[in-house]
Amino acid sequence: MSATTTPPGAQLPEHPDFLWRNPEPKKSYDVVIVGGGGHGLATAHYLAKNHGITNVAVLEKGWLAGGNMARNTTLIRSNYLWDESAAIYEHSLKLWEGLEEDLGYPILFSQRGVLNLAHTEQDVRDSVRRVEANKLNGIDAEWIGPEEVKEICPIVNISADIRYPVQGATYQPRAGIAKHDYVAWGFARRADEAGIDVIQNCEVTGFAVDGDRVTGLRTSRGDIACGTVALCAAGHTSVLLDMLGVRTPLQSHPLQALVSELLEPVHPTIVMSNAVHVYVSQAHKGELVMGAGVDSYNGYGQRGAFHIIERQMAAAVELFPVFARAHLLRSWAGVVDVTPDASPIVGHTPYENLFVNSGWGTGGFKATPGIGWCYAHTIAHGEPHPYVAPFGLDRFTTGALVDEHGAAAVAH
Amino acid sequence: MQLIHCPWCGPREEVEFHYGGQADIAYPEKPAELSDQEWAEFVFYRDNPKGPFAERWSHSLGCRRWFNAVRDTRTYEFLATYEVGEPVAGVARAEQEVTA
Ligand SMILES: Cc1cc2nc3c(=O)[nH]c(=O)nc-3n(C[C@H](O)[C@H](O)[C@H](O)COP(=O)(O)OP(=O)(O)OC[C@H]3O[C@@H](n4cnc5c(N)ncnc54)[C@H](O)[C@@H]3O)c2cc1C
Ligand SMILES: [Zn+2]
Repeated sequence: MSATTTPPGAQLPEHPDFLWRNPEPKKSYDVVIVGGGGHGLATAHYLAKNHGITNVAVLEKGWLAGGNMARNTTLIRSNYLWDESAAIYEHSLKLWEGLEEDLGYPILFSQRGVLNLAHTEQDVRDSVRRVEANKLNGIDAEWIGPEEVKEICPIVNISADIRYPVQGATYQPRAGIAKHDYVAWGFARRADEAGIDVIQNCEVTGFAVDGDRVTGLRTSRGDIACGTVALCAAGHTSVLLDMLGVRTPLQSHPLQALVSELLEPVHPTIVMSNAVHVYVSQAHKGELVMGAGVDSYNGYGQRGAFHIIERQMAAAVELFPVFARAHLLRSWAGVVDVTPDASPIVGHTPYENLFVNSGWGTGGFKATPGIGWCYAHTIAHGEPHPYVAPFGLDRFTTGALVDEHGAAAVAH
Repeated sequence: MQLIHCPWCGPREEVEFHYGGQADIAYPEKPAELSDQEWAEFVFYRDNPKGPFAERWSHSLGCRRWFNAVRDTRTYEFLATYEVGEPVAGVARAEQEVTA
Protein backbone atom coordinates (compact mmCIF):
# COMPACT_ATOMS: atom_id res chain seq x y z
CA MET A 1 0.00 0.00 0.00
CA SER A 2 1.47 3.34 -0.98
CA ALA A 3 1.99 5.98 1.69
CA THR A 4 -0.39 8.38 -0.06
CA THR A 5 -3.40 6.03 0.04
CA THR A 6 -6.02 6.93 2.64
CA PRO A 7 -6.11 4.19 5.26
CA PRO A 8 -9.36 2.21 5.38
CA GLY A 9 -11.95 3.87 7.57
CA ALA A 10 -10.26 7.25 7.66
CA GLN A 11 -13.21 8.90 5.97
CA LEU A 12 -15.73 7.66 8.56
CA PRO A 13 -17.31 10.51 10.51
CA GLU A 14 -17.14 10.71 14.29
CA HIS A 15 -19.97 9.06 16.19
CA PRO A 16 -22.76 11.55 16.66
CA ASP A 17 -24.24 12.91 19.89
CA PHE A 18 -27.85 12.13 20.70
CA LEU A 19 -29.89 12.69 17.59
CA TRP A 20 -33.49 12.41 18.78
CA ARG A 21 -35.59 12.79 21.92
CA ASN A 22 -36.88 9.73 23.77
CA PRO A 23 -40.44 10.91 24.45
CA GLU A 24 -43.17 9.20 26.43
CA PRO A 25 -45.96 7.96 24.16
CA LYS A 26 -48.94 10.33 23.91
CA LYS A 27 -52.51 9.06 24.30
CA SER A 28 -53.24 9.45 20.61
CA TYR A 29 -51.70 10.26 17.23
CA ASP A 30 -53.01 10.97 13.74
CA VAL A 31 -50.66 8.34 12.32
CA VAL A 32 -48.93 5.51 14.15
CA ILE A 33 -46.14 3.71 12.30
CA VAL A 34 -45.41 0.23 13.66
CA GLY A 35 -41.72 -0.61 13.30
CA GLY A 36 -38.73 1.70 13.63
CA GLY A 37 -36.56 0.25 10.90
CA GLY A 38 -35.44 2.19 7.83
CA HIS A 39 -38.85 1.99 6.19
CA GLY A 40 -40.76 3.25 9.24
CA LEU A 41 -38.32 6.12 9.79
CA ALA A 42 -38.22 7.14 6.11
CA THR A 43 -42.01 7.12 6.03
CA ALA A 44 -42.09 9.39 9.07
CA HIS A 45 -39.62 11.79 7.45
CA TYR A 46 -41.58 12.11 4.21
CA LEU A 47 -44.91 12.39 6.06
CA ALA A 48 -43.52 15.53 7.66
CA LYS A 49 -41.52 16.83 4.73
CA ASN A 50 -43.88 16.17 1.81
CA HIS A 51 -47.27 16.25 3.50
CA GLY A 52 -46.87 18.35 6.66
CA ILE A 53 -48.20 15.50 8.81
CA THR A 54 -46.34 15.53 12.13
CA ASN A 55 -48.72 14.25 14.81
CA VAL A 56 -47.06 10.91 14.24
CA ALA A 57 -45.41 8.20 16.36
CA VAL A 58 -42.98 5.52 15.23
CA LEU A 59 -43.22 2.57 17.63
CA GLU A 60 -40.24 0.24 17.80
CA LYS A 61 -40.28 -2.85 19.99
CA GLY A 62 -36.49 -2.96 20.37
CA TRP A 63 -33.88 -0.34 19.74
CA LEU A 64 -34.09 2.05 16.83
CA ALA A 65 -33.40 0.27 13.53
CA GLY A 66 -32.10 -2.82 15.33
CA GLY A 67 -33.99 -5.26 13.06
CA ASN A 68 -33.10 -5.99 9.45
CA MET A 69 -31.96 -2.40 9.05
CA ALA A 70 -28.99 -3.11 11.33
CA ARG A 71 -28.28 -6.49 9.76
CA ASN A 72 -28.40 -5.93 6.03
CA THR A 73 -25.48 -5.77 3.64
CA THR A 74 -26.58 -2.37 2.25
CA LEU A 75 -26.50 -3.05 -1.49
CA ILE A 76 -28.39 -0.45 -3.46
CA ARG A 77 -29.29 -0.90 -7.13
CA SER A 78 -32.29 -0.54 -9.42
CA ASN A 79 -31.62 -3.06 -12.20
CA TYR A 80 -34.84 -5.04 -11.76
CA LEU A 81 -36.62 -6.66 -14.69
CA TRP A 82 -40.23 -5.48 -14.70
CA ASP A 83 -41.47 -1.93 -15.27
CA GLU A 84 -43.30 -1.88 -11.92
CA SER A 85 -40.13 -2.76 -9.98
CA ALA A 86 -37.87 -0.56 -12.10
CA ALA A 87 -40.13 2.42 -11.31
CA ILE A 88 -40.03 2.11 -7.53
CA TYR A 89 -36.36 1.05 -7.23
CA GLU A 90 -35.15 3.74 -9.64
CA HIS A 91 -37.24 6.36 -7.81
CA SER A 92 -35.47 5.19 -4.68
CA LEU A 93 -32.00 5.28 -6.25
CA LYS A 94 -32.59 8.88 -7.37
CA LEU A 95 -33.55 9.77 -3.80
CA TRP A 96 -30.39 8.06 -2.50
CA GLU A 97 -28.39 10.31 -4.80
CA GLY A 98 -29.68 13.40 -2.97
CA LEU A 99 -30.27 11.92 0.47
CA GLU A 100 -27.20 13.19 2.26
CA GLU A 101 -28.23 16.73 1.41
CA ASP A 102 -31.88 16.14 2.30
CA LEU A 103 -31.01 14.67 5.70
CA GLY A 104 -28.12 17.04 6.38
CA TYR A 105 -26.27 14.03 7.65
CA PRO A 106 -23.49 11.79 6.28
CA ILE A 107 -24.69 8.43 4.98
CA LEU A 108 -21.53 7.41 3.09
CA PHE A 109 -23.42 6.57 -0.08
CA SER A 110 -20.75 5.18 -2.39
CA GLN A 111 -21.77 4.58 -6.01
CA ARG A 112 -19.17 1.96 -6.82
CA GLY A 113 -21.26 -0.08 -9.26
CA VAL A 114 -22.58 -3.63 -9.20
CA LEU A 115 -21.63 -6.62 -11.32
CA ASN A 116 -24.23 -9.40 -11.49
CA LEU A 117 -22.31 -12.38 -12.80
CA ALA A 118 -23.64 -14.90 -15.30
CA HIS A 119 -22.28 -18.45 -15.21
CA THR A 120 -24.41 -20.43 -17.65
CA GLU A 121 -25.83 -19.90 -21.11
CA GLN A 122 -29.27 -19.34 -19.61
CA ASP A 123 -27.81 -16.85 -17.10
CA VAL A 124 -26.35 -14.96 -20.05
CA ARG A 125 -29.68 -14.83 -21.89
CA ASP A 126 -31.57 -13.72 -18.78
CA SER A 127 -28.96 -11.08 -18.02
CA VAL A 128 -28.97 -9.60 -21.51
CA ARG A 129 -32.76 -9.49 -21.42
CA ARG A 130 -32.63 -7.64 -18.12
CA VAL A 131 -30.10 -5.15 -19.41
CA GLU A 132 -32.35 -4.36 -22.39
CA ALA A 133 -35.37 -4.01 -20.09
CA ASN A 134 -33.35 -1.69 -17.83
CA LYS A 135 -32.34 0.49 -20.77
CA LEU A 136 -35.97 0.82 -21.85
CA ASN A 137 -36.71 2.07 -18.34
CA GLY A 138 -33.90 4.64 -18.45
CA ILE A 139 -31.76 2.71 -15.97
CA ASP A 140 -27.99 2.60 -16.51
CA ALA A 141 -27.08 -0.96 -17.40
CA GLU A 142 -24.73 -2.77 -19.72
CA TRP A 143 -23.72 -6.30 -20.58
CA ILE A 144 -19.97 -6.94 -20.35
CA GLY A 145 -17.69 -9.92 -20.99
CA PRO A 146 -15.32 -11.69 -18.56
CA GLU A 147 -12.31 -9.52 -19.53
CA GLU A 148 -14.23 -6.35 -18.69
CA VAL A 149 -15.36 -7.92 -15.41
CA LYS A 150 -11.68 -8.40 -14.61
CA GLU A 151 -10.94 -4.76 -15.48
CA ILE A 152 -13.62 -3.50 -13.10
CA CYS A 153 -12.83 -5.97 -10.33
CA PRO A 154 -9.31 -7.40 -10.82
CA ILE A 155 -9.62 -10.04 -8.07
CA VAL A 156 -12.46 -11.94 -9.75
CA ASN A 157 -11.33 -15.33 -11.03
CA ILE A 158 -12.34 -15.47 -14.71
CA SER A 159 -10.52 -18.72 -15.42
CA ALA A 160 -12.43 -21.17 -17.62
CA ASP A 161 -11.56 -24.17 -15.47
CA ILE A 162 -13.53 -23.39 -12.33
CA ARG A 163 -16.80 -25.17 -11.64
CA TYR A 164 -19.02 -22.29 -12.79
CA PRO A 165 -16.86 -20.08 -15.03
CA VAL A 166 -17.78 -16.40 -15.34
CA GLN A 167 -19.44 -15.90 -18.74
CA GLY A 168 -19.97 -12.18 -18.30
CA ALA A 169 -22.00 -9.81 -16.16
CA THR A 170 -24.55 -7.07 -16.10
CA TYR A 171 -23.10 -3.81 -14.83
CA GLN A 172 -24.97 -0.95 -13.19
CA PRO A 173 -22.45 1.83 -12.49
CA ARG A 174 -24.84 3.91 -10.30
CA ALA A 175 -25.38 1.07 -7.82
CA GLY A 176 -23.67 1.33 -4.46
CA ILE A 177 -23.62 0.91 -0.71
CA ALA A 178 -24.42 3.23 2.21
CA LYS A 179 -23.83 3.11 5.92
CA HIS A 180 -27.09 1.68 7.24
CA ASP A 181 -26.91 3.01 10.81
CA TYR A 182 -26.24 6.52 9.57
CA VAL A 183 -29.17 6.27 7.16
CA ALA A 184 -31.50 5.29 10.01
CA TRP A 185 -30.12 7.95 12.34
CA GLY A 186 -30.38 10.63 9.65
CA PHE A 187 -34.05 9.84 9.03
CA ALA A 188 -34.79 9.59 12.77
CA ARG A 189 -33.13 12.93 13.43
CA ARG A 190 -35.12 14.71 10.72
CA ALA A 191 -38.40 13.11 11.84
CA ASP A 192 -37.67 14.09 15.43
CA GLU A 193 -36.87 17.68 14.42
CA ALA A 194 -40.24 17.84 12.69
CA GLY A 195 -41.93 16.91 16.00
CA ILE A 196 -42.53 13.22 15.31
CA ASP A 197 -42.18 10.91 18.33
CA VAL A 198 -39.71 8.08 17.80
CA ILE A 199 -40.50 5.65 20.63
CA GLN A 200 -38.22 2.72 21.36
CA ASN A 201 -38.88 -0.31 23.58
CA CYS A 202 -42.55 -0.09 22.66
CA GLU A 203 -43.97 -3.32 21.29
CA VAL A 204 -47.38 -3.43 19.66
CA THR A 205 -49.16 -6.39 21.26
CA GLY A 206 -52.72 -5.98 19.98
CA PHE A 207 -55.28 -3.82 18.22
CA ALA A 208 -58.55 -2.17 19.27
CA VAL A 209 -61.06 -2.47 16.47
CA ASP A 210 -64.44 -0.96 15.67
CA GLY A 211 -66.05 -2.59 12.62
CA ASP A 212 -63.59 -2.25 9.76
CA ARG A 213 -61.50 0.42 11.50
CA VAL A 214 -58.58 0.12 13.86
CA THR A 215 -59.16 2.60 16.68
CA GLY A 216 -56.09 1.98 18.78
CA LEU A 217 -53.04 -0.08 19.52
CA ARG A 218 -52.19 -2.04 22.64
CA THR A 219 -48.53 -1.65 23.41
CA SER A 220 -46.03 -2.64 26.07
CA ARG A 221 -46.18 1.04 27.11
CA GLY A 222 -49.95 1.43 27.23
CA ASP A 223 -52.83 1.96 24.83
CA ILE A 224 -52.48 4.47 22.01
CA ALA A 225 -55.40 5.75 19.92
CA CYS A 226 -54.76 6.38 16.24
CA GLY A 227 -56.24 7.89 13.10
CA THR A 228 -54.23 5.73 10.68
CA VAL A 229 -51.95 2.76 11.31
CA ALA A 230 -49.05 2.03 8.96
CA LEU A 231 -47.25 -1.28 9.39
CA CYS A 232 -43.50 -1.31 8.69
CA ALA A 233 -42.65 -4.43 10.67
CA ALA A 234 -40.73 -6.37 7.98
CA GLY A 235 -40.35 -10.03 9.15
CA HIS A 236 -43.07 -9.66 11.83
CA THR A 237 -45.95 -8.50 9.64
CA SER A 238 -47.74 -11.87 9.83
CA VAL A 239 -47.47 -11.86 13.62
CA LEU A 240 -49.27 -8.50 13.72
CA LEU A 241 -51.85 -9.21 11.01
CA ASP A 242 -52.68 -12.62 12.53
CA MET A 243 -53.99 -10.70 15.56
CA LEU A 244 -56.54 -9.08 13.25
CA GLY A 245 -57.38 -12.27 11.36
CA VAL A 246 -55.88 -10.83 8.15
CA ARG A 247 -53.95 -13.38 6.09
CA THR A 248 -51.08 -12.49 3.74
CA PRO A 249 -48.91 -14.74 1.56
CA LEU A 250 -45.78 -13.89 3.57
CA GLN A 251 -43.20 -16.34 4.87
CA SER A 252 -40.50 -15.23 7.33
CA HIS A 253 -37.04 -16.71 6.86
CA PRO A 254 -33.62 -16.30 8.42
CA LEU A 255 -31.22 -14.44 6.12
CA GLN A 256 -27.56 -14.51 7.08
CA ALA A 257 -24.55 -12.36 6.34
CA LEU A 258 -20.98 -12.20 7.54
CA VAL A 259 -17.87 -10.04 7.51
CA SER A 260 -14.17 -10.77 7.32
CA GLU A 261 -11.50 -9.06 9.33
CA LEU A 262 -10.36 -5.68 7.98
CA LEU A 263 -8.37 -5.79 4.75
CA GLU A 264 -6.57 -3.27 2.58
CA PRO A 265 -8.80 -1.97 -0.23
CA VAL A 266 -8.96 -4.96 -2.62
CA HIS A 267 -12.54 -4.95 -3.85
CA PRO A 268 -13.57 -1.74 -5.66
CA THR A 269 -17.15 -2.60 -6.61
CA ILE A 270 -20.01 -4.98 -5.69
CA VAL A 271 -20.03 -8.49 -7.15
CA MET A 272 -23.09 -10.69 -6.98
CA SER A 273 -23.80 -14.14 -8.26
CA ASN A 274 -27.25 -15.69 -8.03
CA ALA A 275 -26.00 -18.93 -9.55
CA VAL A 276 -23.31 -19.76 -6.99
CA HIS A 277 -25.08 -17.80 -4.26
CA VAL A 278 -22.69 -15.29 -2.90
CA TYR A 279 -22.30 -11.54 -3.11
CA VAL A 280 -19.50 -9.37 -1.84
CA SER A 281 -18.60 -5.76 -1.28
CA GLN A 282 -15.90 -4.16 0.83
CA ALA A 283 -17.12 -1.92 3.64
CA HIS A 284 -15.71 1.56 4.19
CA LYS A 285 -13.59 0.31 7.09
CA GLY A 286 -12.25 -2.62 5.06
CA GLU A 287 -14.27 -5.71 5.98
CA LEU A 288 -15.43 -7.94 3.16
CA VAL A 289 -19.20 -8.02 3.55
CA MET A 290 -20.78 -11.20 2.21
CA GLY A 291 -24.27 -12.53 1.94
CA ALA A 292 -26.07 -15.49 0.45
CA GLY A 293 -29.60 -16.83 0.14
CA VAL A 294 -32.25 -17.31 2.82
CA ASP A 295 -32.24 -20.44 4.95
CA SER A 296 -34.92 -22.69 3.47
CA TYR A 297 -37.17 -23.00 6.52
CA ASN A 298 -39.34 -20.41 8.25
CA GLY A 299 -37.61 -18.84 11.23
CA TYR A 300 -37.87 -15.91 13.61
CA GLY A 301 -34.69 -16.77 15.50
CA GLN A 302 -32.30 -14.18 13.96
CA ARG A 303 -29.81 -16.94 13.33
CA GLY A 304 -29.39 -19.50 10.56
CA ALA A 305 -27.69 -22.79 9.79
CA PHE A 306 -23.94 -23.16 9.41
CA HIS A 307 -24.07 -25.14 6.16
CA ILE A 308 -25.44 -22.05 4.37
CA ILE A 309 -22.33 -20.13 5.41
CA GLU A 310 -20.11 -23.01 4.37
CA ARG A 311 -21.62 -23.11 0.87
CA GLN A 312 -21.39 -19.35 0.49
CA MET A 313 -17.73 -19.33 1.55
CA ALA A 314 -16.91 -22.12 -0.91
CA ALA A 315 -18.43 -20.05 -3.72
CA ALA A 316 -16.62 -16.90 -2.55
CA VAL A 317 -13.21 -18.55 -2.43
CA GLU A 318 -13.63 -20.00 -5.90
CA LEU A 319 -14.62 -16.64 -7.35
CA PHE A 320 -12.07 -14.66 -5.31
CA PRO A 321 -9.04 -16.85 -4.59
CA VAL A 322 -7.44 -14.00 -2.57
CA PHE A 323 -10.13 -14.45 0.09
CA ALA A 324 -8.79 -17.89 1.03
CA ARG A 325 -6.69 -16.51 3.86
CA ALA A 326 -9.19 -13.95 5.19
CA HIS A 327 -10.59 -14.72 8.63
CA LEU A 328 -14.29 -14.64 9.33
CA LEU A 329 -14.94 -11.99 11.96
CA ARG A 330 -18.65 -12.46 12.70
CA SER A 331 -21.90 -13.66 11.19
CA TRP A 332 -25.52 -12.85 12.01
CA ALA A 333 -29.03 -13.15 10.60
CA GLY A 334 -32.18 -11.11 10.20
CA VAL A 335 -35.79 -12.19 9.70
CA VAL A 336 -36.97 -11.40 6.18
CA ASP A 337 -40.49 -11.74 4.84
CA VAL A 338 -40.70 -13.24 1.37
CA THR A 339 -43.65 -13.42 -1.03
CA PRO A 340 -44.50 -15.90 -3.80
CA ASP A 341 -43.44 -13.46 -6.57
CA ALA A 342 -40.43 -11.95 -4.75
CA SER A 343 -42.07 -8.51 -4.79
CA PRO A 344 -43.34 -6.46 -1.84
CA ILE A 345 -46.90 -6.12 -0.54
CA VAL A 346 -47.84 -2.47 -0.04
CA GLY A 347 -51.19 -0.74 0.36
CA HIS A 348 -54.70 -1.43 1.62
CA THR A 349 -55.80 -4.15 4.04
CA PRO A 350 -59.38 -5.19 4.86
CA TYR A 351 -59.25 -2.51 7.61
CA GLU A 352 -59.98 0.90 6.12
CA ASN A 353 -57.35 2.86 8.08
CA LEU A 354 -54.69 0.15 8.32
CA PHE A 355 -51.96 0.09 5.66
CA VAL A 356 -49.34 -2.57 5.11
CA ASN A 357 -45.76 -2.34 3.85
CA SER A 358 -44.04 -5.71 3.84
CA GLY A 359 -42.60 -8.51 1.76
CA TRP A 360 -39.42 -6.70 0.68
CA GLY A 361 -37.70 -9.93 1.62
CA THR A 362 -33.99 -9.92 1.02
CA GLY A 363 -33.91 -6.59 -0.82
CA GLY A 364 -35.71 -3.78 0.96
CA PHE A 365 -32.80 -1.64 2.15
CA LYS A 366 -32.27 -0.18 -1.32
CA ALA A 367 -35.94 0.78 -1.35
CA THR A 368 -35.77 2.72 1.95
CA PRO A 369 -36.14 6.31 0.70
CA GLY A 370 -38.36 5.28 -2.23
CA ILE A 371 -40.85 3.34 -0.14
CA GLY A 372 -40.79 5.98 2.60
CA TRP A 373 -41.76 8.56 -0.03
CA CYS A 374 -44.50 6.45 -1.64
CA TYR A 375 -45.89 5.06 1.63
CA ALA A 376 -46.14 8.55 3.14
CA HIS A 377 -48.12 9.59 0.04
CA THR A 378 -50.31 6.48 0.44
CA ILE A 379 -51.03 7.33 4.08
CA ALA A 380 -51.63 11.03 3.40
CA HIS A 381 -54.05 10.40 0.49
CA GLY A 382 -55.60 7.14 1.67
CA GLU A 383 -54.73 5.66 -1.75
CA PRO A 384 -51.58 3.92 -2.97
CA HIS A 385 -48.99 6.11 -4.70
CA PRO A 386 -48.81 5.08 -8.38
CA TYR A 387 -45.36 3.50 -7.84
CA VAL A 388 -46.70 1.11 -5.19
CA ALA A 389 -50.18 0.55 -6.66
CA PRO A 390 -49.04 -2.60 -8.58
CA PHE A 391 -47.91 -4.15 -5.29
CA GLY A 392 -51.30 -4.49 -3.59
CA LEU A 393 -52.38 -7.64 -1.79
CA ASP A 394 -55.13 -8.10 -4.40
CA ARG A 395 -52.58 -9.14 -7.04
CA PHE A 396 -52.57 -12.68 -5.65
CA THR A 397 -56.27 -12.89 -6.47
CA THR A 398 -56.22 -11.07 -9.83
CA GLY A 399 -53.07 -12.88 -10.93
CA ALA A 400 -51.21 -9.66 -11.81
CA LEU A 401 -48.01 -10.87 -10.14
CA VAL A 402 -44.71 -8.99 -10.48
CA ASP A 403 -42.39 -11.95 -10.82
CA GLU A 404 -38.97 -10.68 -9.80
CA HIS A 405 -37.38 -14.00 -8.82
CA GLY A 406 -34.78 -13.50 -11.54
CA ALA A 407 -33.66 -10.04 -10.42
CA ALA A 408 -34.45 -10.21 -6.72
CA ALA A 409 -34.27 -13.67 -5.22
CA VAL A 410 -32.02 -14.16 -3.51
CA ALA A 411 -29.27 -11.70 -4.21
CA HIS A 412 -29.92 -8.15 -3.08
CA MET B 1 -26.47 -27.78 12.25
CA GLN B 2 -29.37 -29.79 13.62
CA LEU B 3 -30.04 -33.49 13.84
CA ILE B 4 -33.47 -34.13 12.35
CA HIS B 5 -35.32 -37.31 13.25
CA CYS B 6 -36.48 -39.09 10.09
CA PRO B 7 -39.34 -41.46 11.05
CA TRP B 8 -37.65 -44.21 8.99
CA CYS B 9 -33.92 -43.59 9.30
CA GLY B 10 -33.63 -41.97 12.72
CA PRO B 11 -31.53 -38.88 13.51
CA ARG B 12 -29.60 -37.51 10.52
CA GLU B 13 -27.87 -34.24 9.75
CA GLU B 14 -29.94 -31.29 8.55
CA VAL B 15 -28.05 -31.12 5.21
CA GLU B 16 -29.69 -34.44 4.19
CA PHE B 17 -33.14 -32.88 4.28
CA HIS B 18 -35.24 -30.69 2.04
CA TYR B 19 -37.88 -28.28 3.37
CA GLY B 20 -41.42 -28.47 1.99
CA GLY B 21 -43.34 -25.70 3.77
CA GLN B 22 -46.63 -25.95 5.63
CA ALA B 23 -48.03 -29.48 6.14
CA ASP B 24 -51.49 -30.80 5.34
CA ILE B 25 -52.56 -28.42 2.57
CA ALA B 26 -55.32 -30.45 0.94
CA TYR B 27 -56.23 -30.05 -2.73
CA PRO B 28 -59.71 -28.50 -2.87
CA GLU B 29 -62.48 -31.07 -2.93
CA LYS B 30 -64.61 -29.15 -5.45
CA PRO B 31 -62.11 -27.11 -7.49
CA ALA B 32 -64.73 -25.88 -9.94
CA GLU B 33 -66.62 -24.16 -7.15
CA LEU B 34 -63.69 -22.15 -5.77
CA SER B 35 -63.76 -18.35 -5.97
CA ASP B 36 -60.66 -16.48 -7.17
CA GLN B 37 -59.94 -15.55 -3.56
CA GLU B 38 -60.15 -19.20 -2.48
CA TRP B 39 -57.81 -20.22 -5.30
CA ALA B 40 -55.37 -17.49 -4.24
CA GLU B 41 -55.44 -18.83 -0.69
CA PHE B 42 -54.89 -22.41 -1.82
CA VAL B 43 -52.00 -21.53 -4.13
CA PHE B 44 -50.24 -18.65 -2.37
CA TYR B 45 -51.30 -18.30 1.28
CA ARG B 46 -49.55 -20.25 4.01
CA ASP B 47 -49.46 -19.84 7.78
CA ASN B 48 -46.40 -18.04 9.15
CA PRO B 49 -46.56 -18.48 12.92
CA LYS B 50 -43.93 -17.41 15.41
CA GLY B 51 -43.96 -20.63 17.43
CA PRO B 52 -44.89 -24.27 16.71
CA PHE B 53 -45.50 -24.90 12.99
CA ALA B 54 -46.58 -28.17 11.31
CA GLU B 55 -44.52 -28.51 8.16
CA ARG B 56 -43.26 -31.02 5.58
CA TRP B 57 -39.73 -32.27 5.22
CA SER B 58 -38.21 -34.75 2.82
CA HIS B 59 -35.22 -36.91 3.70
CA SER B 60 -33.91 -36.24 0.21
CA LEU B 61 -30.37 -37.62 0.67
CA GLY B 62 -31.55 -40.66 2.66
CA CYS B 63 -34.71 -42.70 2.24
CA ARG B 64 -36.18 -39.89 0.05
CA ARG B 65 -39.53 -40.05 1.82
CA TRP B 66 -41.67 -37.12 2.97
CA PHE B 67 -42.76 -36.75 6.57
CA ASN B 68 -44.30 -34.11 8.80
CA ALA B 69 -42.71 -32.24 11.67
CA VAL B 70 -43.76 -29.75 14.27
CA ARG B 71 -40.97 -27.24 14.68
CA ASP B 72 -40.78 -24.09 16.77
CA THR B 73 -39.93 -21.22 14.41
CA ARG B 74 -38.49 -19.16 17.29
CA THR B 75 -35.87 -21.72 18.38
CA TYR B 76 -35.95 -24.03 15.30
CA GLU B 77 -36.36 -26.96 17.75
CA PHE B 78 -38.15 -29.99 16.29
CA LEU B 79 -40.93 -30.82 18.76
CA ALA B 80 -42.06 -33.93 16.87
CA THR B 81 -41.60 -35.72 13.57
CA TYR B 82 -44.23 -38.14 12.33
CA GLU B 83 -45.56 -39.87 9.24
CA VAL B 84 -47.92 -37.95 6.97
CA GLY B 85 -51.51 -38.66 7.97
CA GLU B 86 -50.65 -39.61 11.54
CA PRO B 87 -52.03 -37.39 14.28
CA VAL B 88 -49.41 -35.15 15.89
CA ALA B 89 -50.48 -36.06 19.41
CA GLY B 90 -49.20 -39.42 20.59
CA VAL B 91 -46.02 -39.14 18.55
CA ALA B 92 -42.99 -39.43 20.76
CA ARG B 93 -40.97 -36.27 20.94
CA ALA B 94 -38.21 -36.52 18.39
CA GLU B 95 -34.71 -36.82 19.70
CA GLN B 96 -32.87 -33.84 18.47
CA GLU B 97 -29.93 -31.74 19.25
CA VAL B 98 -29.17 -28.13 18.41
CA THR B 99 -25.65 -26.97 17.89
CA ALA B 100 -25.27 -23.28 17.41
C1 LIG C 1 -28.54 -10.38 6.20
C2 LIG C 1 -29.39 -9.45 5.40
C3 LIG C 1 -28.86 -8.84 4.28
C4 LIG C 1 -29.62 -7.96 3.52
N1 LIG C 1 -29.03 -7.30 2.50
C5 LIG C 1 -29.71 -6.38 1.80
C6 LIG C 1 -29.06 -5.63 0.79
O1 LIG C 1 -27.86 -5.79 0.57
N2 LIG C 1 -29.79 -4.74 0.09
C7 LIG C 1 -31.11 -4.54 0.31
O2 LIG C 1 -31.74 -3.75 -0.39
N3 LIG C 1 -31.77 -5.20 1.31
C8 LIG C 1 -31.09 -6.11 2.06
N4 LIG C 1 -31.72 -6.80 3.07
C9 LIG C 1 -33.16 -6.61 3.28
C10 LIG C 1 -33.49 -5.38 4.10
O3 LIG C 1 -32.73 -5.36 5.29
C11 LIG C 1 -34.98 -5.35 4.46
O4 LIG C 1 -35.77 -5.58 3.31
C12 LIG C 1 -35.39 -4.01 5.04
O5 LIG C 1 -34.54 -3.67 6.09
C13 LIG C 1 -36.84 -4.07 5.55
O6 LIG C 1 -37.35 -2.84 5.98
P1 LIG C 1 -37.08 -2.19 7.42
O7 LIG C 1 -35.74 -1.56 7.31
O8 LIG C 1 -38.15 -1.32 7.86
O9 LIG C 1 -37.10 -3.51 8.35
P2 LIG C 1 -36.58 -3.69 9.82
O10 LIG C 1 -35.35 -2.92 10.06
O11 LIG C 1 -36.59 -5.13 10.12
O12 LIG C 1 -37.76 -2.94 10.61
C14 LIG C 1 -38.89 -3.56 11.16
C15 LIG C 1 -38.94 -3.16 12.61
O13 LIG C 1 -40.21 -3.51 13.15
C16 LIG C 1 -40.01 -3.82 14.49
N5 LIG C 1 -41.18 -4.56 14.99
C17 LIG C 1 -41.57 -5.81 14.63
N6 LIG C 1 -42.68 -6.16 15.30
C18 LIG C 1 -43.01 -5.09 16.08
C19 LIG C 1 -44.06 -4.85 17.02
N7 LIG C 1 -45.00 -5.77 17.29
N8 LIG C 1 -44.09 -3.65 17.66
C20 LIG C 1 -43.13 -2.71 17.40
N9 LIG C 1 -42.12 -2.90 16.53
C21 LIG C 1 -42.06 -4.08 15.87
C22 LIG C 1 -38.71 -4.62 14.49
O14 LIG C 1 -38.10 -4.66 15.75
C23 LIG C 1 -37.88 -3.88 13.45
O15 LIG C 1 -36.99 -2.95 13.99
C24 LIG C 1 -30.98 -7.70 3.86
C25 LIG C 1 -31.53 -8.30 5.00
C26 LIG C 1 -30.73 -9.16 5.78
C27 LIG C 1 -31.34 -9.78 7.01
ZN1 LIG D 1 -35.13 -41.24 5.99
